[in-house]
Amino acid sequence: MDEILTILQDLHPDVDFESCDTLIDDGILDSFDIVTIIAEINDEFDVKIGAEQIVPENFNSAEAIWELVRRLEDDE
Amino acid sequence: MRRRIMVWLCLTAIIGGSLAFLSSLLKPKYMGRIIEGALIGEYYEETTEHDVIFIGDCEVYENFSPITLWEEYGITSYIRGSAQQLIWQSYYLLEETLKYEKPRVVIFNVLSMKYDKPQKEAYNRMTLDGMKWSLSKVKDIQASMTEDENFIEYVIPLLRYHSRWSELTKEDWKYLFHKDKVSHNGYYMRVDVKPAGTFPKEKKLGNYQFGDNAYEYLDKITKLCKDNDIQLILIKAPSVYPSWYEQWDQQMAEYARKNQIRYINFLDLQEETGIDFQTDTYDGGLHLNLSGAKKASEYLGKLLKEAYQLPDHREDERLAQVWKEKTDFYYQMKAEQEEDLQKYGYIRKFHEE
Amino acid sequence: MLFTSYEFIAFLICVIILYYVLPSRYQWKLLLAASYVFYFVSGWKNCFFILLTTGSTYFLARRIDGLHREQAAYIKEHKKELSKEERKRYKEKIKSRQWRLLLTGLFLNFGVLAVLKYSNFAIANLNFGLSLLGSQRQIGFLSLLLPLGISFYTFITMGYLIDVYRGKYPAEPCIGKLALFVSFFPQLIQGPISRFDQMKETLFSEHSFDSREVSFGLERILWGFFKKLVIADRILTGVTTIIQQPETYNGIYVFVGMMFYALQLYADFTGGIDITIGIAQTLGIKVQENFIRPYFSKNIAEYWRRWHITLGTWFTEYIFYPVSVCQPMLRFSRFCRKHLGDYAGKRMPVYVASLAVWFTTGIWHGASWNFVVWGLLNGIIIILSQECEPLYARFHARFHVAQKRWYAGFQVIRTVLLMSSLRMLDCYRDVPLTFRMFGDMFLHSRVSQLFDGRFMSLGLTVSDYIVLIVGTLILLGASLAGRSGSLREKLASKPAPVRYALLYSLFLCTLLIGAYGVGYDSSQFIYNQF
Repeated sequence: MDEILTILQDLHPDVDFESCDTLIDDGILDSFDIVTIIAEINDEFDVKIGAEQIVPENFNSAEAIWELVRRLEDDE
Repeated sequence: MRRRIMVWLCLTAIIGGSLAFLSSLLKPKYMGRIIEGALIGEYYEETTEHDVIFIGDCEVYENFSPITLWEEYGITSYIRGSAQQLIWQSYYLLEETLKYEKPRVVIFNVLSMKYDKPQKEAYNRMTLDGMKWSLSKVKDIQASMTEDENFIEYVIPLLRYHSRWSELTKEDWKYLFHKDKVSHNGYYMRVDVKPAGTFPKEKKLGNYQFGDNAYEYLDKITKLCKDNDIQLILIKAPSVYPSWYEQWDQQMAEYARKNQIRYINFLDLQEETGIDFQTDTYDGGLHLNLSGAKKASEYLGKLLKEAYQLPDHREDERLAQVWKEKTDFYYQMKAEQEEDLQKYGYIRKFHEE
Repeated sequence: MLFTSYEFIAFLICVIILYYVLPSRYQWKLLLAASYVFYFVSGWKNCFFILLTTGSTYFLARRIDGLHREQAAYIKEHKKELSKEERKRYKEKIKSRQWRLLLTGLFLNFGVLAVLKYSNFAIANLNFGLSLLGSQRQIGFLSLLLPLGISFYTFITMGYLIDVYRGKYPAEPCIGKLALFVSFFPQLIQGPISRFDQMKETLFSEHSFDSREVSFGLERILWGFFKKLVIADRILTGVTTIIQQPETYNGIYVFVGMMFYALQLYADFTGGIDITIGIAQTLGIKVQENFIRPYFSKNIAEYWRRWHITLGTWFTEYIFYPVSVCQPMLRFSRFCRKHLGDYAGKRMPVYVASLAVWFTTGIWHGASWNFVVWGLLNGIIIILSQECEPLYARFHARFHVAQKRWYAGFQVIRTVLLMSSLRMLDCYRDVPLTFRMFGDMFLHSRVSQLFDGRFMSLGLTVSDYIVLIVGTLILLGASLAGRSGSLREKLASKPAPVRYALLYSLFLCTLLIGAYGVGYDSSQFIYNQF
């Protein structure tokens, strides 16, 4: 979870990622950000996030992203 | 509930009223320099029947004068003609006319045989807009529409004329609710003179055969007359231009012979009619002026009298009264035009600014 | 049938009446029939292609979906005896079968689109290449028909197939319903590019007559007609005159043409979409919005989130994401990071994927280099502004302008000008000419040129200009007022006489001043041909 927060904070230092759960719906993360996050996660956790996982529910909060990573790790 | 109905009625009235108003405002009035579009509609104001009906294009409504026929022979006649009236338009106009009356003789000018297909939207409008609604009109429209025309634009003229909003003139307001009479039983009067000059050399055509469609409607006209016991006369009016080719003339003569109809080519009758293209035309030989039309009508009247035994109605009290009015209007317009001609050298109404 | 033709209006009235008169369980069937009538009238040969797309997609999606369920059932049944390794292998096996099915669908349908739309473009380029090599040989062009709306329905359908493959939603079991989704007549010729999960509820369910929905829908249709007939079709004469005679209309007229085209495209395309959404709403169906006041955007990235939204979303979801998160791209990212540093390593994949998207967007709009260059320039400008982001941030912080209204206004005008100049590629014959005219605009523009008589020779009269100015002000006013909520909602809260008077005036304006009928060339919606 902390790693996720670090990645996010790197992108937008001014956003409070711990509490925000409308990252996509409010347009805080754009498509460029999403791709950057996925690339970082891929490095950090060694999980593959496919394009099919890129839906608002999976990226609306740091928590959601973490959930996604754990689910994928389970699957591996 | 009652209130609701009232509201709906009011709404419908406002919408219908405003659309009707706009429609009559935007429709062209044909009361100024171009009056050709007003000719067809004037027929419906007739109160008495006619022994002779002319159908055809400008070569009938500018070359023959019913008033002359009346004054000289007591023949009652009406011209149902309009600008570049195509043959199917003549046919449907005749079909419609037969609903109102049954003439003894129908005279058709054959120049329009040369058009086999719809030509110009503007002329279609001048012919068709004046017609009252009937099945004949519907069929007429369908036969006449050019490719970019739409039937509904005839039903709702506003759709056609809406773009005139930016070019409305005083005329449009003046003739919003009533129109002046412009013709003398369909005759378009001009008293000015412009002698015929030289015309461009006759162009050779690739094919002189009249089209199938044109023949089909000529057959229909023939049949319609036969079925109704009407004598049909085909004429080629005395206009020297546009060209009337020898080959065309032969085809018409042949058609007339086969169907036992009379065909008169006025171009061959210059001596008999006495038409002089130095004095009897107002536009250099395309159309006759009043003096020319009188001569052509006198010749025609004599023929109608002798060959068709058309009765002289001048003694008929009822008709004489109606025609008195017509004749008065005729002389009044003639006097006005002559006055203009003397004063200005041209007729103001038809003068281009 | 054009939206603005009498035939279409008559057709629409019949459909709407039948829709509410028939028992509501027949509603979607009626729409399907109507859509095919609509499509058939546009050319019966077209129907073959849309049937091929619908049929192939239906069966492939069903098969892919079947495999999803087979896998779920198998894993559930053999939960105990399967090791993690075996389970993974089984899943991969299924996945690869699904992948093959998906590829079949993509190749087939995009193949048809590519052949019909791009063959002649490819041949032209080949010929050019041959002539460069000194060859005398030239390949003849093919005469292909381009079925109406093929770019749109292919995208709609392939989006559906990919979504089913990704397991986003199950495949539609009823082929009629899928056929309706693909061919729904209001959106068939120019979008929006709807998504199945957003449409299926609203499209297939039964709708009873709701007077509010119906009147809102009709109002929107009227508004679309106003935009299209009064503004777009009127200014079209001016646009064509300017772009077809670049030698005569140079200097400041290039700018005039550019702005005219901006207005024309906006009025035409958003008007068309208003009609589409309005028709749907009249039928009780909710179609996704495709524009949100795009000319009020402050930068190009934002503009593309507000203009032709559904197309942008499609490209992001089905091209940008898959390209940028695929394994080769991630490896490329690692490679860049190693050799070009952290910063570039993060950016490179995104930019490569971006350019791929913009290249496709360009070529989607039209089979010519003009559109390719146009697309790539859009991408480059977006990337540049992304790169300049820190600079902007510093500038804004230093001069405290970010919150100022005049500065927002400046940004909006800048974006409009930028987008309009890019769109010149859409107008002029070829790329070199476009750049020449673009240069000419800067080098030879003088205000005095506006008064040298050329302005009145564009085919527009004084009354046309008055209509255009007033019409544009109305558009602008409506957009400004629309920022604080739906105009129709606001209108509905007004007393009935005011409301009806306003609507009736709008109707009369469109009826009288609209550029339609004999004497006006009925112009196709610009987006039809794409």
